[in-house]
Amino acid sequence: MKKMSFHPCGNYRESYAEELSIFETWFGRVCLGGFLLLLFGLAPFFLSPYLLYILNNIGIFAIAAIGLNILIGYTGQISLGHGAFFGVGAYAAAILATRLNVPFYLSIPAAGFITALVGMIFGIPSGRLKGLYLTIATLAGQFIIEYVLIQWESLTMGTMGITLPSPSIAGWTISGDKMFFFLIFLSLVATTWFAVNIMRSKFGRAFIAIRDNDRAAEGMGIPIFKYKLLSFAISSFYAGFAGAIWAYYMVSITTEPFNLGLSVEFIAMVIIGGMGNIPGAIFGATFITVLNEVLRYATGILMNVSVITSMGLNMAPLREFVFGLAIVLFILLEPKGLAELWRILRSSFRLWPFSY
Amino acid sequence: MDFFLQLLVNGICIGLLYGISAMGFVMIFKASSVLNFAHGELLALGAFFFLSLVTWGKLPIIVSFLLTLVGCFLLGFLIEKFFLRPLIGEKLIFVIMLTVGLAAMFKGLILLIWGGNLHTYPPFLPDALEIELGSIYIAPVYSMTLLISVVFLVLFGLFFKKSSQGIYMRSVADNQKAALSLGVHVRRVFALSWAIAAMVACMSGIVLGIINGVNVHDLSAIGLKVFPVVILGGLDSIGGAIIGGIIIGLLETFTGGYLNPSLRDVVPYIVLVFILMVKPYGLFGLVEIERV
Repeated sequence: MKKMSFHPCGNYRESYAEELSIFETWFGRVCLGGFLLLLFGLAPFFLSPYLLYILNNIGIFAIAAIGLNILIGYTGQISLGHGAFFGVGAYAAAILATRLNVPFYLSIPAAGFITALVGMIFGIPSGRLKGLYLTIATLAGQFIIEYVLIQWESLTMGTMGITLPSPSIAGWTISGDKMFFFLIFLSLVATTWFAVNIMRSKFGRAFIAIRDNDRAAEGMGIPIFKYKLLSFAISSFYAGFAGAIWAYYMVSITTEPFNLGLSVEFIAMVIIGGMGNIPGAIFGATFITVLNEVLRYATGILMNVSVITSMGLNMAPLREFVFGLAIVLFILLEPKGLAELWRILRSSFRLWPFSY
Repeated sequence: MDFFLQLLVNGICIGLLYGISAMGFVMIFKASSVLNFAHGELLALGAFFFLSLVTWGKLPIIVSFLLTLVGCFLLGFLIEKFFLRPLIGEKLIFVIMLTVGLAAMFKGLILLIWGGNLHTYPPFLPDALEIELGSIYIAPVYSMTLLISVVFLVLFGLFFKKSSQGIYMRSVADNQKAALSLGVHVRRVFALSWAIAAMVACMSGIVLGIINGVNVHDLSAIGLKVFPVVILGGLDSIGGAIIGGIIIGLLETFTGGYLNPSLRDVVPYIVLVFILMVKPYGLFGLVEIERV
């Protein structure tokens, strides 16, 4: 059957190939293409440096969140160590760049692979444990990695931190928000493309089978330990890749940001965006990053309101409170996240005037 | 030798504290299989309630202690009613993240109301509890901790073994559907177990506050230290929580004393991974054999 221009009202798929297609209509493809053109053509040239900085952060966190979504949303393995893996990637890139003078286009993927290895080591418990026991094991992984990053001073410079050289390719230096925008968002497009496609492949189907019923998956002949490790590896690769870009973008890194709080933020991105949904991870990263900035701005304003300062109230913890509240409300009211809201919005247009 | 003995005693004292903080956690897990990441914040809430009643309200110690217990009982009840009940039967990740979200909310609230500084209670413990054996000195708070943990251990042991509510809780933890079909009021059991657990948590918070002073960041860090303790002792064993706490406390003080002070905080987690690999149900946990 030829591709339809617009979404049909029912399910008219006739083959598995159609079921698997990413774009059901040419309209969706054109929309995405148009969006990307606008993004790359307009955003870096018209946005203020501050907005561009936020956009870049969203891009970096989205890459890591997509990785975590592969692990949590598709394979059903909860990891509380993603923030630490992000840090491993950042440090791997920093060490490769400063000690071995590896150019950035090699050190960033290399950092991804190193993190994938580390992730596989911490994925080994998944062979014996599942559910909350695995979650606690990854929590321990988070603390152990954090400790190693701080204490292995000969390699990571401990609390001093490492300063990275600017990435350059063929005598062309990448610096400033605008240049990094292209690096980050081209990587985001590539990693999203890879993630969407791996989920259509044999591997993605195996992940979903493990998530839905591990025993049945084993019965169907899926070697689940191998696939769980693979899922840990892919997810850590994404975290390491994002961490490496982040390290270059931030220029100098310390161990401080890669704590449990960051891991929690990544899980919040996955849940708020929508579990088991690749665009959802991007929505979630956007939501959390924007929320953080808005709250920083809002608490900054509240600190200057004379009534509040005269009462001696410190408004900074409000950020933490609202962050927690956002997670709780999403879980209670829309557990499928922003991706589901987006779907509802689209289908209510499609089914208009009979939308429900 | 003296150094060794003092480390031993310190380790046991700290371990008892871990054990006593882990008890509320185990209660919740035992009755509703919820992994509570907000446990540290519950400890802190109890400690701060008590602090406000004692220092701002100027109430007598006993009255404020009882009021705190009642307040925390209600708090646990409300948490269950508004946050956990809609999630009955939902995926594990939602329940875990809900408690993580609650932890952030509580921490934010506490920081808003009481600030991040270290507060201390006025001294009120009788000196009769002080113990001195030769060169070893045990502060009254620690002997009180020992007393409280033994009392609670016995009380909860009896509660879970003998009382009908305790047996309901165990049945619900074991198999919700079967318990429902046998006429157990599952919702009431959940509500009650959260209420009791919050009460135990706030009591532990008060004890911790007496010893270390009341500070949100320290108390919520202890909430995370609970994980190695309960895994070592067995997630659903209250006695195991105490023993696990003592072992973790000893490990911490001995690595801090003999090996490397910076290793102190990470050693419990290394042990945790090891235990999970070798004996995931801990020393005293109920073994559910399931191969994946």
